[in-house]
Amino acid sequence: MTTPTADVVVTGLGATTPLGGDVASTWDALLAGRSGVSRITDDWAKDFPAQLVARLTTEPAEVLDRVRIRRLDRSQQVAVIAAEEAWRDAGGADSGVDPLRVAVVFGTGIGGAVTLLDQDDILEAKGPKRVSPFTIPMLMPNGPAAAVGLAVGARAGVHAPVSACASGAEAIRWGLDLLRLDRADMVVVGGTEACVHPLPMAGFSAMRAMSTRNDEPHRASRPFDKGRDGFVLGEGAAALVLERADAAKARGAKIHARLAGAGGTADGYDLVAPHPEGEGAGRAITAAIRDAGLTAADIGHVNAHATSTPIGDTAEASAIRDAIGDHPLVTATKSQTGHLLGAAGALESVFTILALREQLVPATANLDDPDDDAAVQALDIVRRDARKATFSAALNDSFGFGGHNMALVFTTA
Amino acid sequence: MPSTADIQAGLAEILEEVAGVAPADATPEKSFTDDLDVDSLSMVEIATAVEDKFGVAIPDDELANIKTVGDAISFIEKNQG
Repeated sequence: MTTPTADVVVTGLGATTPLGGDVASTWDALLAGRSGVSRITDDWAKDFPAQLVARLTTEPAEVLDRVRIRRLDRSQQVAVIAAEEAWRDAGGADSGVDPLRVAVVFGTGIGGAVTLLDQDDILEAKGPKRVSPFTIPMLMPNGPAAAVGLAVGARAGVHAPVSACASGAEAIRWGLDLLRLDRADMVVVGGTEACVHPLPMAGFSAMRAMSTRNDEPHRASRPFDKGRDGFVLGEGAAALVLERADAAKARGAKIHARLAGAGGTADGYDLVAPHPEGEGAGRAITAAIRDAGLTAADIGHVNAHATSTPIGDTAEASAIRDAIGDHPLVTATKSQTGHLLGAAGALESVFTILALREQLVPATANLDDPDDDAAVQALDIVRRDARKATFSAALNDSFGFGGHNMALVFTTA
Repeated sequence: MPSTADIQAGLAEILEEVAGVAPADATPEKSFTDDLDVDSLSMVEIATAVEDKFGVAIPDDELANIKTVGDAISFIEKNQG
């Protein structure tokens, strides 16, 4: 009998990112300290204040057939690639699971903006009859979830949380809820983003949210560092397969980790600015730890949201220090991947799970001179080299414009 | 004016590009939906591509009557300038 506290485990992982075309190559590049950031060489970017992006290493057209490339927005293409890897990793196709009991929860921050903008160009240049009949399914924010649903044959439900840069983490939390509520037996969860285009770049730039360290792409994303000046836009997707522990064990599935708990709150403070002391973020962290049946002392590692913006990183440092303490090993992997917006929470959950599994915390790149902020100074942020450690629980947090706060706790299998 | 064979070959190219249909499968008796798995949105794209390639516009009410590759070939032949 399933109970609201049913154990949920992670049996599949998938990703395509600025560090690699799959989970293994992404993780290797992360540990090697490689940067996914480069300067845009296209003409349009010449007069842009922020000219940096973290692009995919592997073009979707190298992986998916031409028809899928044509019918799916880039954000949907990468979602499908990550989800198919996770589904293969979990042995989903051979698991014997009833498609009527498979669900998908896949979030995005921006969705099919590139399709919208490209089709608008066609509309202006050639008129309405030349606009693609796939425009709407390609731009709708539930499009990535729907495309993943078709790819894995999910028929229990397909859901698409949209909470800006917390979307990927929120998707994982919904997946946990679906399994606890017995609304599905397997859930493919994740997040995706692919909006490298002049308009989103100009919009984020106008908010003064992006790094303008154009001459030093590899050094531009520098969470918690004194010299940080904004985030670097990244593209990609990550996916996890979740199922109840008893079912996973019964079918002999490989278990990467337990998804032990989740917490979510809203700041109720400002549309975009985080609460300066990370009040809502701290409540989400505390809620996730409690949901996992743990205490703050149990959390040995935190993969921080830390986007490299001046305000966001210090607010989060306060939240981590106040809600957990100064003992966990903290890392900020956006220093190498850039900020994947709606995919960030999913990708960083993959990193959190791999850190748990290998008992190895990746370093935060570019943290040469930690901010003088008292909370940043209090945290044990791993830098220079990855650090070996012994821990059985780790936390990943994600925050989004709109005041969305999410926290997820993973424990060893 | 292109021959029937030219039209079939041109249509096969479009089908491959838009819907991933192998050119050898694009034979006159094949139903777009039942045999070639071409959905209604792809049919709209095919109609646009036909207009570009053959200069023949297919109005929506006519598009609904085009069920097979052969129907499309006949329509193009009949309506070519």
